[in-house]
Amino acid sequence: MKRSKMMEFGVGLFVLAGILGMVFLGLRVSGISLGVPQDTFTLQANFANIGGLKSGSRVAMAGVTIGRVSDVALDTEWLDARVTMELDEDLEGKISRDSTASILTSGLLGEQYVGLSVGGDPEMLEEGDTIRDTQQALVLEQLIQQFVSNMTSD
Amino acid sequence: MIRPIASLGRGTLEALSALGRASMFLAQSAVGIPSREGWHLWLRQMHFIGVMSLAIVLVSGLFIGMVLGLQGYTILVGFGAEDALGQMVALSLLRELAPVVAALLFAGRAGSALTAEIGLMKATEQLTSMEMIGIDPLRRIVAPRLWAGFISMPLLTVGFSVVGIWGGYLVGVQWLGVFDGSYWSNMQSSVAFVDDILNGMLKSVVFGLVVTWIAVFQGYDLIPTSEGISRATTRTVVYSSLAVLGLDFVLTALMFGELG
Amino acid sequence: MFDNYRDVDERYVTDTTLVDVEGLHFSRGENDIFRGVDLRIPKGKITAVMGPSGTGKTTLLKLIGGQLVPDAGRVCIDGEDVHGLSRRALFRMRRRMGMLFQSGALFSDLSVFENVAFPLRVHTDLPEAMVRDIVLMKLQAVGLRGARNLSPAELSGGMARRVALARAVALDPELVLYDEPFVGQDPISMGVLVQLIKTVNQALGLTAVIVSHDIKETLSIADYVYIIADGQVMAHGTPQTLDVNRDARVKQFVHGEPDGPVPFHYPAPDFYRDILATKGERP
Ligand SMILES: Nc1ncnc2c1ncn2[C@@H]1O[C@H](COP(=O)(O)OP(=O)(O)OP(=O)(O)O)[C@@H](O)[C@H]1O
Ligand SMILES: [Mg+2]
Repeated sequence: MKRSKMMEFGVGLFVLAGILGMVFLGLRVSGISLGVPQDTFTLQANFANIGGLKSGSRVAMAGVTIGRVSDVALDTEWLDARVTMELDEDLEGKISRDSTASILTSGLLGEQYVGLSVGGDPEMLEEGDTIRDTQQALVLEQLIQQFVSNMTSD
Repeated sequence: MIRPIASLGRGTLEALSALGRASMFLAQSAVGIPSREGWHLWLRQMHFIGVMSLAIVLVSGLFIGMVLGLQGYTILVGFGAEDALGQMVALSLLRELAPVVAALLFAGRAGSALTAEIGLMKATEQLTSMEMIGIDPLRRIVAPRLWAGFISMPLLTVGFSVVGIWGGYLVGVQWLGVFDGSYWSNMQSSVAFVDDILNGMLKSVVFGLVVTWIAVFQGYDLIPTSEGISRATTRTVVYSSLAVLGLDFVLTALMFGELG
Repeated sequence: MFDNYRDVDERYVTDTTLVDVEGLHFSRGENDIFRGVDLRIPKGKITAVMGPSGTGKTTLLKLIGGQLVPDAGRVCIDGEDVHGLSRRALFRMRRRMGMLFQSGALFSDLSVFENVAFPLRVHTDLPEAMVRDIVLMKLQAVGLRGARNLSPAELSGGMARRVALARAVALDPELVLYDEPFVGQDPISMGVLVQLIKTVNQALGLTAVIVSHDIKETLSIADYVYIIADGQVMAHGTPQTLDVNRDARVKQFVHGEPDGPVPFHYPAPDFYRDILATKGERP
């Protein structure tokens, strides 16, 4: 009787550990957020080229992560990429209207992320607003092409 | 000239009939209402199959994660991309290494034990005497083991991944000095829950079913002598390892193939 | 050949038959084990099946229990063809049978107590206290009540067989098949087991089939005897009629004489020729 109780306990622990491990993988490794959707502050930006940016990519300001990209889609009106970002709600009303969003790469071959740099406009962006001033991703092939054509034209 | 062809034909026929027997065996033991004691029997097998395999799986996971951290770092640092270490460790573990290595370990640790146990029950007529008492050993002996293996495998795989990611963290961040924040944030931005984690789990569910199925069938179908048992145990490990590696290729092609 | 037992046979026929074996043929590979065996096991009686080692007595019990399927012929229990039943119906029928295996075949992961309790637990809803009473009663009958907490690995061969016997009769089945119940028993426990089989049979009206080589003990409790040899029923009758049977083969078997028409050896080429055949290979 006692042994079988121990066994039940062990198996219970095993299953619980498996479930907790799964939760860890979900939250810490893939970075999804569980439960009530956190209050976020949504901004949008259009880029001519997003390179390798995907939904889930980081959004950083001054190098600090402040949110993630929640959606990437083609804007059928302008035929460019429309990126939706979810930021910390604390930032609502603190990002000026003339801020710049650029797609940056961490390291030479690292992941791509959105970097926000604030401007000086006293008017602030509101929920759902679009950042006008954007800088597309640097695409290595284009850079090299440019470099080569500059060389030849000189 | 004729003999090799004839033996090839005989081999094919035998393989096919073994597959048929194995499929009927699976169908007969997996379906049907569990008995009153079913829950308790299953629990017991979860203990022997799952809990007892945990130690070897976790220790192996830790070492593999540490090796990944070390190797990944030395490769990535050449490109100045050591920040991508977390991504590399997590993706290789979640997509491939955890399901495959855990299944191979499981085949060696639990699969061979299952075959030997059931084989010995057969050799000592315990299965026949159970049939004569009016209890179907497929339900009573085989089914709980099948289900326990099937459920344990994904749990073990989760454990393997978690410990492996932590091992990569130990080596990469604590020892080699990769920035802590970028290890995790890089991982988070590149690991997708459904595509990577759930697909990896799906693999482990398939492997769990296949390995346990091979193990219990080899035990049930063996020739009841000591030599028969030892051969069947070897066959369990060989067949399940091959099945895991082969199926891994097929599943990977189906899951990640078109992503490019 | 059986002319002189006609009166006995008629009396026997008036009993109701529980197990009816008709024209049974069975072979394993090249080895024809049964070539047309007919026998009837009367209800509520003890029937002994005897015969030289390797003639297929264990095989016969397995055919009756539905574990093996005959090449031809039928085995009917209570009018139902055992081999025509679905798997489920066969398992239901087996609940009415108990079988003592030649090897004992105890469940090695259960204790002695749990082994005997096993049929009760899986087939009845009896409360725990009742299960305990029944198990202890059965173990007491085979003299092993004190060994109830041992595991099968801790038992001697004779003890294991007695536990297996207790398990076979745990549910008080209508039909009990005993494969060599007396093997490995000392004279005292042998006497106890003989008595046990007899009382179980008389008190509960169970039908028993005993396969045994212990002629004296078996003949002392059997109501009817079949002797099988060469894939056929060689003789049958009550113990008294067999004892006075003048057929040379029956006499040889019943009185245990080594020389006679019944071969002691498994079929083989001539011994002398067999030995000579290896002559060239000897160093
Ligand atoms: N699993 C098997 N495979 C092939 N042949 C078998 C098998 N089991 C038994 N036999 C053969 O069947 C024949 C009958 O065996 P069985 O065990 O029924 O004999 P038995 O009458 O019970 O003998 P004993 O009195 O020694 O127990 C033997 O000749 C044996 O060689
Ligand atoms: Mg026998």
